[in-house]
Amino acid sequence: MYLDINNISKSFQRKDEEPLQALENINMEINEGEFISLLGPSGCGKSTLLSMIAGLSKPSSGSVYLENEKVTKPGPDKSMVFQEPALFPWMPVKENVTFPLRKKMGKQKQDQAAADYLKMVHLSQFAENYPHELSGGMQQRVAIARALAMDSGLLLMDEPFGALDEQTRQVLQDEVENIWMNTQKTIVFVTHSIREAIKLSDRVIIMSARPGTIISDFKVDLERPRQKQGMAALEENVMAILKTEIENVMEEELQYARSH
Amino acid sequence: MPVVIKRIIFFAVLLLIWHSIYLLGIWPESMIPSPFTVTKTIYAGFADMTLVYDIIASFRHLFIGLATSLVIGTLLGVLLAKVRTADETLGTMILALQSVPSIVWVPLAIIWFGFTEASIIFVVIIGGIFVMTMNMRIGIKNVAPIYLKAARTMGSTGMDLFYKVVIPAAIPHAVTGARLAWAFSWRALMAGEMLSTGPGLGYTLSYASDFNNMSLVIGIIVIIGVIGSVVDQLVFQRIEKKVLKRWGMEEAA
Repeated sequence: MYLDINNISKSFQRKDEEPLQALENINMEINEGEFISLLGPSGCGKSTLLSMIAGLSKPSSGSVYLENEKVTKPGPDKSMVFQEPALFPWMPVKENVTFPLRKKMGKQKQDQAAADYLKMVHLSQFAENYPHELSGGMQQRVAIARALAMDSGLLLMDEPFGALDEQTRQVLQDEVENIWMNTQKTIVFVTHSIREAIKLSDRVIIMSARPGTIISDFKVDLERPRQKQGMAALEENVMAILKTEIENVMEEELQYARSH
Repeated sequence: MPVVIKRIIFFAVLLLIWHSIYLLGIWPESMIPSPFTVTKTIYAGFADMTLVYDIIASFRHLFIGLATSLVIGTLLGVLLAKVRTADETLGTMILALQSVPSIVWVPLAIIWFGFTEASIIFVVIIGGIFVMTMNMRIGIKNVAPIYLKAARTMGSTGMDLFYKVVIPAAIPHAVTGARLAWAFSWRALMAGEMLSTGPGLGYTLSYASDFNNMSLVIGIIVIIGVIGSVVDQLVFQRIEKKVLKRWGMEEAA
């Protein structure tokens, strides 16, 4: 098994209140080269789960195994793209992309890698620009190029297009799909967009609201590139599953608001 | 109307009012000299180089003092941001010291160092150091968590993380700290020099006062104000603006 998420629970201590159970008994097995989407209402713990796969936070119980090695800290075997581009504003685009490579290879190889990956995200002519000179979509492309430059087998993406407008979003979705088909990386992609999940992934895992559990796990057997018409029926099914969840969340939040 | 024109008119009117008061003759010229006398005095001071030497001396004190306070302030700021116990003890003291006006240190400096340049430089250092420390501390403490997370996923930890991410991310605060330290040091410098034995702008100012030379007093006040605002606007605000823009903390102009 490439990535094994073994009985993970996570709770957060809160001051003067009961601990918040964010995730409960999550089990998941992910094959090498799979494109997985974690889909769920906001607050279902999908980003928390992703940050535990990345090694950025620790589960309260259970473990994550990547190629049979227990994940204990972040490292070069897994790269991550966040919702914000998280580029370093004091470095030109090129240096941002080579940041993870500084200790791995010589200057010439780094430059070559930066050129290659920036080309892959269609930003070759912006290598010397600073992040603030780029649009939000372009910045997120740089972030993707930077993650790709790490050349890890596993790419984690935490709502990477959540802050972008619809058109940019679609363009970047196509780019990620192409990159995935060309590189055969394993991608775990967190999103709350049903369409995005169905359009991109081999497999969609739907999570319930607090405490986050897996309520559905299904394969998407549609030919790529996927068209709207082909996706419609599946979208409606997922919508139906999520509708109850979202209603539950709303109900819970209302009750919380009333009792406080 | 362009800003420059507005300003020229404003200062012209101001000079006109000043000169009118002088012409009214209510107060003797030793209290309200005419703007022309002040201009002549400044000119004479530059012509015989006395004011030039004063300015050079003042800048020497300032440069040594400010540079020292920036270096020590940066190190102290890092210490407070990184070591919690230091922050909880030394940090509160520095916060308290920050509210002590720098002129208060002058008598202490005179007892320690006498009427020497060391006294002045000491007061300048004290003037700038605390504000630099506090800004550096905040800069390091407030590094956006997302930068740290991103860096860690790229395998950066420990010293590498600190030098390559934390320090550069703190630079906007450091620049603001340096600008405020300059402003505080400049004020402290004048306080220190006024009680010194010269040379220096502050010394000449108190000397002129002792000899009832009002036109020189006003002339030096004008010079101090002009230097202060010119350095602030042409040097520090420019740097600050550039840095904030690049660091994405301000909309591109």
